[in-house]
Amino acid sequence: MQNLTLLDGQKFQITLQRLCHQLIENHNDFSNSVILGIQPRGISLSKRIAGELKQIIPNAHIKSGILDITFYRDDFRRGDHPLVPSSTEIDFIIEGKKVILIDDVLWTGRTIRAAMDAILAFGRPEKVELLVLVDRRYSRHLPIEPNYIGIKVDSMSSQKVVVSWEETDGEDKIVLVSESV
Amino acid sequence: MAEIAQRLSSKHLLGIKDLTTQDINLILETADTFKDVINRPIKKVPSLRDITIANIFFENSTRTKLSFELAQKRLSADVVNFAASSSSVSKGETLIDTVNNILSMKVDMVVMRHPYPGAGVFLSKHINAQIVNAGDGAHEHPTQALLDAFSIREKLGEVAGKKVVIVGDILHSRVALSNILCLQKLGAEVMVCGPTTLIPKYIQTLGVKVEHDLRKALNWCDVANMLRIQLERQDIKYFPSLREYTMMYGLDKKILDSLDKEIIVMHPGPINRGVEISSDVADSKQSIILNQVENGVAVRMAVLYLLASQT
Repeated sequence: MQNLTLLDGQKFQITLQRLCHQLIENHNDFSNSVILGIQPRGISLSKRIAGELKQIIPNAHIKSGILDITFYRDDFRRGDHPLVPSSTEIDFIIEGKKVILIDDVLWTGRTIRAAMDAILAFGRPEKVELLVLVDRRYSRHLPIEPNYIGIKVDSMSSQKVVVSWEETDGEDKIVLVSESV
Repeated sequence: MAEIAQRLSSKHLLGIKDLTTQDINLILETADTFKDVINRPIKKVPSLRDITIANIFFENSTRTKLSFELAQKRLSADVVNFAASSSSVSKGETLIDTVNNILSMKVDMVVMRHPYPGAGVFLSKHINAQIVNAGDGAHEHPTQALLDAFSIREKLGEVAGKKVVIVGDILHSRVALSNILCLQKLGAEVMVCGPTTLIPKYIQTLGVKVEHDLRKALNWCDVANMLRIQLERQDIKYFPSLREYTMMYGLDKKILDSLDKEIIVMHPGPINRGVEISSDVADSKQSIILNQVENGVAVRMAVLYLLASQT
């Protein structure tokens, strides 16, 4: 197994800061916008983004929630294991809001398709945007593109992109893992 | 987390007896997320859109049938309903033939209520579909026990260590047996209370306490689950009169208020107001009867979802 670190340390922090500033550029004080992290791996990123935004614009009230997409996935009963759901926590109204979906890695786009379905169960948003930390290019199964991208990565389907977080794993890092043949 | 491999140990849901404690906890945890789903503006998820479910009821039902049907529709399953009273069963068709005919129309799952104990188990050995027991005679009613446990857990935080008394017609009740098994597996203490004639003779062997004095039972418990007198199953007289039963075992506001603690009152329905429970108790703050009904849909969604992912 071979690991290639794509992003860590100060550059990781700079990337997060850039994403936050891009969000502020489009959403001003977030009065009509909400942030939704996708369960399970998008939660750490969405919490971090929400935290950074509060520091940059302390007067803004940032609404952030978490969204579970298990019941909307298109591979239920196709894998070897049942899909066990996680919790959804959305204590605000989605109707008419600008929704920023947040996930760590964008690969096939199927998770995002399911997430868009899931959001609609809560109402009709004015607009849905997508923020991802890692965009694995040229690997999409569906016509889905992110609005905000941390880094773009060209990778093979046999490789894995693993994001670790200081809060849960002890270090902020993005690693490209290749299975050695 | 989304991808932890956890599955039920059984392909069917025939009774609580076959479930492990892990199975029960998995169902209750999954039901938490479904309770969230059914309180959204759009209460439907597409998980079971490729599944067809037949609801076969050989015995009358309001709540269970509606609850299963709503659960199935909220999961986007296709549903066919069958009531024995309006079918060819009255022309002499056997159970296996009836069900096999329904399965020939490509049905994946069967939810069945039947007046004979063990009908679900019998069917599961002869046909190739998943069976959910929605009540078999006086034997088991597993989804009722699961939703009762879910409701206790929701109200009191957990089931383990709680004291539950089941009052009434234990002898003819499938709810009683399933509840005893389910609550014990989750670590609760169970007592049954009723006239000697309506308590099965060897019920102590299940590890439950037996009490014939309602007041003593209520003083002991955290939760009282009141059962209906199942007159339709009683071929002989088990007590002199309903009025006498109500005086001895009916739960009214007076006895409830005279207890030194506030207990929770449950009832699987249908309730006979003024017999086992008085109207003011059924409608009181201590009663969670309607919460049980709401939770029933979430719990049945969890059961169907978990069973469907087994195939």
